Amino acid sequence: MNTQASVYGLMAEFLTAQEILAATRSARQAGYRAMDAYTPYPVEGLAAELGMRKSPLPFVVLMGGLVGGGVGVFMQYYSMTINYTFNAGGRPYNSWPAFVPVVFELLILVGALAAFLGMMFLNGLPHPHHPVFNVPQFARSSQDRFFLCIEAADPQFDRQTTAEFLAALHPHGEVIEVPRESSPGPTVA
Amino acid sequence: MAASTPQLWNEAQPSPADGERPDYVPAGHDLSSVTEKISSLVFTRPTGLGWLGCFGFSNVLVLIFLGAVSYLLLMGVGIWGIQIPNCWAFDITNFVWWIGIGHAGTLISAFLLLMHQKWRTSINRIAEAMTIFAVMCAGMFPLLHMGRPWFFYWLMPYSNTMSLWPQFRSALIWDVFAVSTYFTVSLMFWYMGMIPDLATLRDRATNRLVRIVYGALALGWRNSARHWQRFEMAYLLLGGLATPLVISVHSVVSADFATSVVPAWHETVFPPYFVAGAIFSGFAMVILLCVPIRHFYHLEEFITIDHLDVMAKLVLATSLLTSYGYLSEQSLSWYTGDVVEGYTYWFRLTGFGQYALITWTLFFCNTIAPQILWIRPLRRKQSVLVIVSLLVLVGMWLERYMIITTSLSRDFLPSSWGFFTPTIWDLAIYFGSVGVFLAAFLLFARVAPILSMSETRALLPGAHGPEVGR
Repeated sequence: MNTQASVYGLMAEFLTAQEILAATRSARQAGYRAMDAYTPYPVEGLAAELGMRKSPLPFVVLMGGLVGGGVGVFMQYYSMTINYTFNAGGRPYNSWPAFVPVVFELLILVGALAAFLGMMFLNGLPHPHHPVFNVPQFARSSQDRFFLCIEAADPQFDRQTTAEFLAALHPHGEVIEVPRESSPGPTVA
Repeated sequence: MAASTPQLWNEAQPSPADGERPDYVPAGHDLSSVTEKISSLVFTRPTGLGWLGCFGFSNVLVLIFLGAVSYLLLMGVGIWGIQIPNCWAFDITNFVWWIGIGHAGTLISAFLLLMHQKWRTSINRIAEAMTIFAVMCAGMFPLLHMGRPWFFYWLMPYSNTMSLWPQFRSALIWDVFAVSTYFTVSLMFWYMGMIPDLATLRDRATNRLVRIVYGALALGWRNSARHWQRFEMAYLLLGGLATPLVISVHSVVSADFATSVVPAWHETVFPPYFVAGAIFSGFAMVILLCVPIRHFYHLEEFITIDHLDVMAKLVLATSLLTSYGYLSEQSLSWYTGDVVEGYTYWFRLTGFGQYALITWTLFFCNTIAPQILWIRPLRRKQSVLVIVSLLVLVGMWLERYMIITTSLSRDFLPSSWGFFTPTIWDLAIYFGSVGVFLAAFLLFARVAPILSMSETRALLPGAHGPEVGR
């Protein structure tokens, strides 16, 4: 009876940040890579324990800012010196000091959009459904509990040994099996 | 060392264990109770008569606003009291006042985030919401004050067949870009910060439709530690971008005046002077919003007296900055020896029967009244804070009004001099906009997470493993 295909992973629940940090460290030392921790707030050091390296987001924002500023420079230069020139207060056509505010604002705007949309894209959001939501206790991950989930996709994953490994980390309650599909039945009304 | 020794120079920072410096952490709370408290405000707390009464009153103002705006769009800006020479009055006063109020929200969110100030956590959601609604109110006025509002889209560079471009060299167009950017960035910052809390509300909702709505807004956020890392990075980056934005937006707004040649407008001091004034009025509004919220929603452990105390200190500091601005303006106008500029400032101070009463009232409200905040016991009394905040808001409105109308009333040619009298439509649109702000804010308080739950959780002791706190 191989139910491994219908299982997304195995999950353990913890009560404190200290426990989740220790558990994640142990799991990584044991060789697990395809895993994730779920916490109600960003716990310092946890992403590093999961093996995450520096995010490309600052570079994305820099590029966004440069694009925005560049658009501002080009738009004003083209319109005011090439397309429709006119003498405003005796200023030269390429009155660049007067162009600075718009360039700056567009730089900030596109940079901010890059930060927000870049974060969403890198996180894969919006992601309306995910197998972890099939676990009823998981609703507390956004409130006061910490979860470690080792995914079945990990090469070292084995239903039996991974469950024993997680149980040895002293989670709160039993090790939880995360089904890939949500179970049929009445949802909470 | 006696606890009563005043720490005048702050040489040695006392550790939190001394009990001298507040740590701004909600006392007696843990992860569950923080969540329980804030989400119960949305889910289990009944919509009381108080909220309904305030909402009803603000909707009356909204209806007045809609009526007045409809009449304005139908009949044109002549229904206001504006004439030559006073072609700007209530419209631009309201615009600058509202935008100024919005600035404190971004300062609290972005600037204090970069400075790692923990006290921003309880108030940043409220302050950001205040900014969004204030900028919404502000943005309406430039559109309404147009002679031909149906051409409003000409302000933006859109592809057209008329070779039409905005006048990029004009401060009024810089305004368009600055305010649009400010609104968009503030909205993203506010919404992005709310995503984890919306996920909490989604997970706690019992009604299926409510859960679907919050779930849609939460975008499937599942609190993954990998997501949190990118989220925090994006939050810091947005904070870093929003901080210069705060300075630049009000500097650009002040450039509406500073880039002109009108006497007492053509001042290089305007950008820092206006930014200081904006933060001043903004913090007064934040205090004014926080005091009833902490009282009626019983959030005293989250928005503590220490939070109000530090905000009051900022009000005092910006009051001193703004007062220095007044002093430098007045003295330099005399020092320059320029007849027209000197006369304009003289007229502001001594033209009783014209605008001098407004000038001296605003000096009282902005310079004299906030000085009471030097006294520590009074600074920590909510009644004092509310009164001072109201006076500051009134004073800042009068300041914008004074700057605009006095300079326009009597500029270079005495034959063009005039006096501005507001009409009922000026007042209707102004108070109506206050109603729009209040109605939007009340709705926010009813359905949105009013405090940042995820950030508050991160402040609790033991939140980050072996090391206590940050």
